[in-house]
Amino acid sequence: MTEEMAHPFAKYLRGAMMPHIWCPGCGNGIILNCFVQAVDELQTDLDKVVVVSGIGCIGRTAGYVNTNSFHTTHGRPIAFATGVKLANPELEVVIISGDGDLFAIGGNHFIHAARRNIGIKVICANNFNYGMTGGQQGPTTPLEALTTTSPYGNIEHPFNLVHLAAASGATYVTRWTTLHVRRLTQSIKKLLQKEGFGFIEVVSPCPEIFGRYNKMRTGLEMMEWFKRASVVENFSDPVKAEIKPEKIVVGEFVDMEKPSYEKLLHEKIAQINEKPLKEMSQHAS
Amino acid sequence: MTKKGIVLEGAHFMNGDVACAEGAIAAGCRFFAGYPITPATEIAEHLAQRMPQIGGIYIQMEDEIASMAAVIGASYAGLKAMTATSGPGFSLMQENIGLAVMTEAPCVIVDVMRGGPSTGQPTLPGQQDVMQARWGSHGDYEIIALAPSSVQEMFDITIEAFNLSETYRVPTILLADEIVAHMWEKVMIPQVEKIGIVNRKKPNAPPEKYIPFMPGGDLVPPMACFGEGYSFHATGLTHDEHGYPQTSSSEVQQRLVKRLCDKIRQNADKIIRVEDILLEDAEVVVVAYGIVARAALSALRKAREKGIKAGLLRLITLWPFPEKQVSKIAEQAKTIVVPEMNCGQLVREVERSAKATPVVFLSKLGEEPHTPTEILEAIRRNC
Repeated sequence: MTEEMAHPFAKYLRGAMMPHIWCPGCGNGIILNCFVQAVDELQTDLDKVVVVSGIGCIGRTAGYVNTNSFHTTHGRPIAFATGVKLANPELEVVIISGDGDLFAIGGNHFIHAARRNIGIKVICANNFNYGMTGGQQGPTTPLEALTTTSPYGNIEHPFNLVHLAAASGATYVTRWTTLHVRRLTQSIKKLLQKEGFGFIEVVSPCPEIFGRYNKMRTGLEMMEWFKRASVVENFSDPVKAEIKPEKIVVGEFVDMEKPSYEKLLHEKIAQINEKPLKEMSQHAS
Repeated sequence: MTKKGIVLEGAHFMNGDVACAEGAIAAGCRFFAGYPITPATEIAEHLAQRMPQIGGIYIQMEDEIASMAAVIGASYAGLKAMTATSGPGFSLMQENIGLAVMTEAPCVIVDVMRGGPSTGQPTLPGQQDVMQARWGSHGDYEIIALAPSSVQEMFDITIEAFNLSETYRVPTILLADEIVAHMWEKVMIPQVEKIGIVNRKKPNAPPEKYIPFMPGGDLVPPMACFGEGYSFHATGLTHDEHGYPQTSSSEVQQRLVKRLCDKIRQNADKIIRVEDILLEDAEVVVVAYGIVARAALSALRKAREKGIKAGLLRLITLWPFPEKQVSKIAEQAKTIVVPEMNCGQLVREVERSAKATPVVFLSKLGEEPHTPTEILEAIRRNC
């Protein structure tokens, strides 16, 4: 008689939500695995973790992790998470979402959350396209790439996400591919320990949808591209870290400290309330 | 922190926006996210000053989409939360008002109506968002919307909006208008102990037995919040009682969407408030709301002086629509007069409820609301 063995990470996942929706060769499972590994190594109190996702394949992550979780409207996880974090700063609020969700429809929320330095943590799966809707061109699609909505080759310049994050004020900015699992796990641990706004871009394979139009039909072929092109250049200039067919610059780009929005806010509240309160009625006019 | 000393008490002279902000504080609101817009900006300005004094959160977001999303986040993290806007911002909020409906996030949205469509007339009053409040987000749902007619009601009804929102776990809309918001009037604020405050129902079940979207007999599920030891999932997708997506099940879709509608429909009698003025023997009945109801009141008093049996049904609740109340007065009235600052919105609901009784519509656009004389004329023509 064989005893059924539970996976050591089973407690981090909602069994009722399995099987997941992701395709063979997709990188989302690797990202989820690295996140769970990081949470496990840090022994984070799961009751204090809130995972927030938007819409897209990776957006289903919020439902899969056995923490507090919320699956928002398209593009809005950062705005939702801002409300959560300010209402209860003790919560560890992590956004796991995709490039289309965070940088096309949700781009405005990203730059402003980074600018304010709200202490929320963003992990972005960049798969170069809109996978869930069948592979349309998006804000990270490389020039000349073929998608269902760029059938003659993409003519839009893609975002360099690490440059955007750094320029917007993020205190931690890192890029890895799903090939760099140990480094990614270490970076997620670091991200979770930052006070302010932090961002990790994970370049992730989408062989079933993006790869099939771009001569990389299997997960292995996409991973081989990451292996061939990735160059670790820690603390290099994020401006020069554009993702190109021949070179994907990975590593940590920014790691700095500055007071978070919620810290400044609560300091301000304390400061105001140390002063004797003026007559309330003065504020009624 | 006790409520004593936080909530204003006694008589004050203030404008409607400030009264609304103070009403929110009295109701227990401790989170405001918004974006500046005329004629609702004073609500944000006042709360930017007041929230830090009472340990609450004020944040100016990058737009109204984000404001509404942040309000839902704060509500799920356990705070009573509000935003305030006007037509253009209200349009942007519709997406996440739908999310608040679907995830049953208690919250209050103040829409100080100005002239539209589009940027329209920022400094002039309107009542053009009545149907948007009801139907603005996609899909089928029910919502609560309330219309204050005075600065006092900007205070009182804001509290009521929070109470209803917490009771039914539904976004509740305060549909004010530019005049009620900017007008200065005396506001009487009762002692804090005498203000009735309702808080969301919390789960009795231990965390391992908590089913986040399993409703009670009132069709409203008890609500745990993030960080309280109940790890649960919520989503804007169609979901079962556990909060898990069920995007292909017609059974779950029907069960969920019908419950979201029924929790308001079946409790409509408890939710709906109207004010009857001189209706007992009224033959001509004016149905009005917001600032227009004030002009209507003046008009019907003048009509009574002239011996015309006129009455006023003032709608405080706009949604769910007071069908029974309108049907009842339609049975006794010869004519119903509906003045609105739009091209005909709530009048359609009045017509539907009035059945055979003739309904006369008075439109007003792009200026001050109907004068008492204009409404009086309509009463005289139809008595």
